[in-house]
Amino acid sequence: MTGPAASGPVHAPPGAAPGAAGGERVLGIRVTPLTRRRWYNFKANRRGWWSLWIFLAIFLVTLFAELIANDRPLLVRYDGSFYFPFATSYPETTFGGEFETETDYRDPYVSDLIRQKGWIVWPPIPFSYNTINYDLPVPAPAPPSAVNWLGTDDQGRDVLARLIYGFRISVLFGLTLTLFSSIIGVAAGAVQGYFGGFTDLLFQRFIEIWSGLPTLYLLIILASVVEPNFWWLLGLLLLFSWMSLVGVVRAEFLRARNFDYVRAARALGVSDPVIMFRHVLPNAMVATLTFMPFILNGSITTLTALDFLGFGLPPGSPSLGELLAQGKANIQAPWLGLTAFFVLATMLSLLIFIGEAVRDAFDPRKTVGPLPGAAKGSQAPPETPSLPHGKAAE
Amino acid sequence: MPGMDGAGRDGPMAERLLDVRNLTVDFRMGSGTVHAVRGVSFHIEPGETLALVGESGSGKSVTALSILQLLAYPMAHHPSGSIRFRGTELLGAEERVLREVRGDRIAMIFQEPMTSLNPLHTIERQINETLFLHKGLTRDAARRRTLELLRLVGIPSPEKRLGAYPHELSGGQRQRVMIAMALANEPDLLIADEPTTALDVTIQAQILELLKDLQRRFGMALLLITHDLGIVRRMADRVCVMSGGEIVETAPTEQLFTAPRHPYTQRLLKAEPRGNPVPPPTDAPEVMAAEDVKVWFPIKAGLLRRTVDHVKAVDGVSLRVCAGHTVGVVGESGSGKTTLGLALLRLQQSQGAIRFDGREVHGLQPAQMRPLRREMQVVFQDPYGSLSPRLSVGQIIEEGLKVHRIGTAREREAMIARALEEVGLDPASRNRYPHEFSGGQRQRIAIARAMVLKPRFVVLDEPTSALDMSVQAQIVDLLRDLQARNNLAYLFISHDLRVVRALSNEVIVMKDGRVVERGATRRIFEEPREPYTRALLAAALDHRTVETAAVRS
Repeated sequence: MTGPAASGPVHAPPGAAPGAAGGERVLGIRVTPLTRRRWYNFKANRRGWWSLWIFLAIFLVTLFAELIANDRPLLVRYDGSFYFPFATSYPETTFGGEFETETDYRDPYVSDLIRQKGWIVWPPIPFSYNTINYDLPVPAPAPPSAVNWLGTDDQGRDVLARLIYGFRISVLFGLTLTLFSSIIGVAAGAVQGYFGGFTDLLFQRFIEIWSGLPTLYLLIILASVVEPNFWWLLGLLLLFSWMSLVGVVRAEFLRARNFDYVRAARALGVSDPVIMFRHVLPNAMVATLTFMPFILNGSITTLTALDFLGFGLPPGSPSLGELLAQGKANIQAPWLGLTAFFVLATMLSLLIFIGEAVRDAFDPRKTVGPLPGAAKGSQAPPETPSLPHGKAAE
Repeated sequence: MPGMDGAGRDGPMAERLLDVRNLTVDFRMGSGTVHAVRGVSFHIEPGETLALVGESGSGKSVTALSILQLLAYPMAHHPSGSIRFRGTELLGAEERVLREVRGDRIAMIFQEPMTSLNPLHTIERQINETLFLHKGLTRDAARRRTLELLRLVGIPSPEKRLGAYPHELSGGQRQRVMIAMALANEPDLLIADEPTTALDVTIQAQILELLKDLQRRFGMALLLITHDLGIVRRMADRVCVMSGGEIVETAPTEQLFTAPRHPYTQRLLKAEPRGNPVPPPTDAPEVMAAEDVKVWFPIKAGLLRRTVDHVKAVDGVSLRVCAGHTVGVVGESGSGKTTLGLALLRLQQSQGAIRFDGREVHGLQPAQMRPLRREMQVVFQDPYGSLSPRLSVGQIIEEGLKVHRIGTAREREAMIARALEEVGLDPASRNRYPHEFSGGQRQRIAIARAMVLKPRFVVLDEPTSALDMSVQAQIVDLLRDLQARNNLAYLFISHDLRVVRALSNEVIVMKDGRVVERGATRRIFEEPREPYTRALLAAALDHRTVETAAVRS
């Protein structure tokens, strides 16, 4: 560093670091230079960058699954007024039918009634995940056709529709599980690492015993007692998944609690919870964020595996694991297994690529990213590689 | 002065051991190119000692590493220059050629002896490695040679030490092992990159003595890289002064110190911490007092983890600091200086009475201590580690004010600005982050964080040790100024006796947790009574060893 900071006058020249006070924006959000550097490092990993956008696009589409694959129309014009069947349910009598029950728009009789006094706008895929197509020309499972783009499963349900809903539930399940296990794991690791000593010892032994419990058997036992739904599964998996982050977070806290700035905070009279939250946690977040995409992957695979074995979501729910199981049961219908395989493989690969890019972004030694703007103090050249201050670069 | 080393005095090529001409080193960074070294030329004759002096960031280590082509290529590259060793071009030479030179003809020792040795290998294996590589010795022959080398560098009973791992050796011994490794093949040139910076002063003097002695015996040349002018004066024949990637002055040592020509050299020579401590008010009230403070760490052993012994980090120290006074605590690393400071601040469990402002604080609970924390503050050694990297400067300074609920948001803002001004920083820099500042500026921020609370007692734990010489002087001036203005009581912990002399009214010399000698600063420096104090002073001020049993080797 030969810049003004190295040896020059002590009064920091006002123009030494232009714009450091703010005004640096990433996607319109004001960020610290550190975050900015990470963002550019993330972007520099092209594969991860594109994976993120592809994944987000797919996820966004599946979030609106009801608008894309549904057995109820998006819009009905009948007798001068508009109806939104995908959001509200209307009795058949609304459209001049005979029953007080909800309208079955796929019924040719009903659709004829509506068409006489108006029109229907269908979603691109006119099947929901549980819609059974009774008009199959061949016995189910039916191969891909113009009506069922990826074929049907062995109960005559549209595979594409089930995929869209299944993807959504997998990712949502994974995200929720990751979020909750991170919160618990970070808290547990923080307490252990920060207080150390006896607390740490007890907690560590507890984790060793707890991680020895056979998760799968517990789930199977549970499945025979209650009907597992989304939240039951989440809670049960959470009992065991929070441990994955404890190790790294604990290590970070153990390291950081002896840092001078933590000592300085203690000397200022700052209380323990504030020190943990304000001074140490941001350091531990690096490890947490780096691990997160991989935990997400693990969560999704766990759910898929349970569904595959039949101990997962209740029967009839759209799920990738159930589709895999159908593929295994119906080898004569290869589109089932192949579809499930390709979707799973793509989703997991995308997440791994994103995870790799996140890891790059948080790597303090990585400086490949093309950094727009002036060089910053953090970019000091390796003047003395043996200098012990390397730790300051976090 | 680029012409200093120029063509006029060109001798025949063969006589020069190393000839570096117009060397340039650039680093490709994300945002562009950093010119670390810009057109440096110097040469080394056989048997000569050349010192490369400069502050951190001046490019001296990069220059040294490029001689052996050890930089991170291709991130680093040389747009121009030539490095000739006995007439062989090293710059851009084939890996095969370089391997023959490295460790055989040119050897290198580094600053940090702990990280330069592989922690997983015994020292025998590490020294043997170069012997196997370059000499092709057999196991037995290598072992004999290793023993000889260890004896040469002064490792006591080397036979027992062969199987030792680096962590079993002290810092000075590790550096001796590094030197033994470097000498294994009797190189023609030894590059020593800050060889003693990480060591205690008494050990420093021993290592320098050793290097000088070995150089005489083998007739090898020494390229010494350092920021410490005292070392240069004692060791070097000629000196190159580097600044901003250029050599600004080259001169024989005597001439450089008596008649420096370049303004930078003149500034560097003047930069030593000088001046005298603030004359203390005579009737000052006592602020901090401690009686018989002990910090003992238990050593537990056996199945039941029973306490078998204690490490006595601080063993019965008493002291008294009055308002406006500075008490200096000196001693080698491991003597318990820092632990004593932390114990006084009640950041470390201890036994013995501690009185702050006439009030017994020893048995107080953390919550009871909190209101007192405002009045007792601390500044740490490493300005890179003592500031939270994720908080802005303003947030860092504000934290204490918030904890003690001082002022409204606007008043706090004004206090932060005033504190920054007080330590000589631009108040507008409060929105910036620590990594944007140099070491000296960071230390000023750390001082501002302590001063904003208007404390009455401040523990300064080696506040200047991690800084460049010229910056050290500035920080010492700042501390003295703050003390005079606010009538502060300082406990000044340092191993650097020059800084202690410039700041303290009274000095306590510690060794192994006990007070060896205490007295007025002038008395201690001018007529030390204890042999340990004498050895410490000789090592710190003149880089000389004193034959005494008081210093461990």
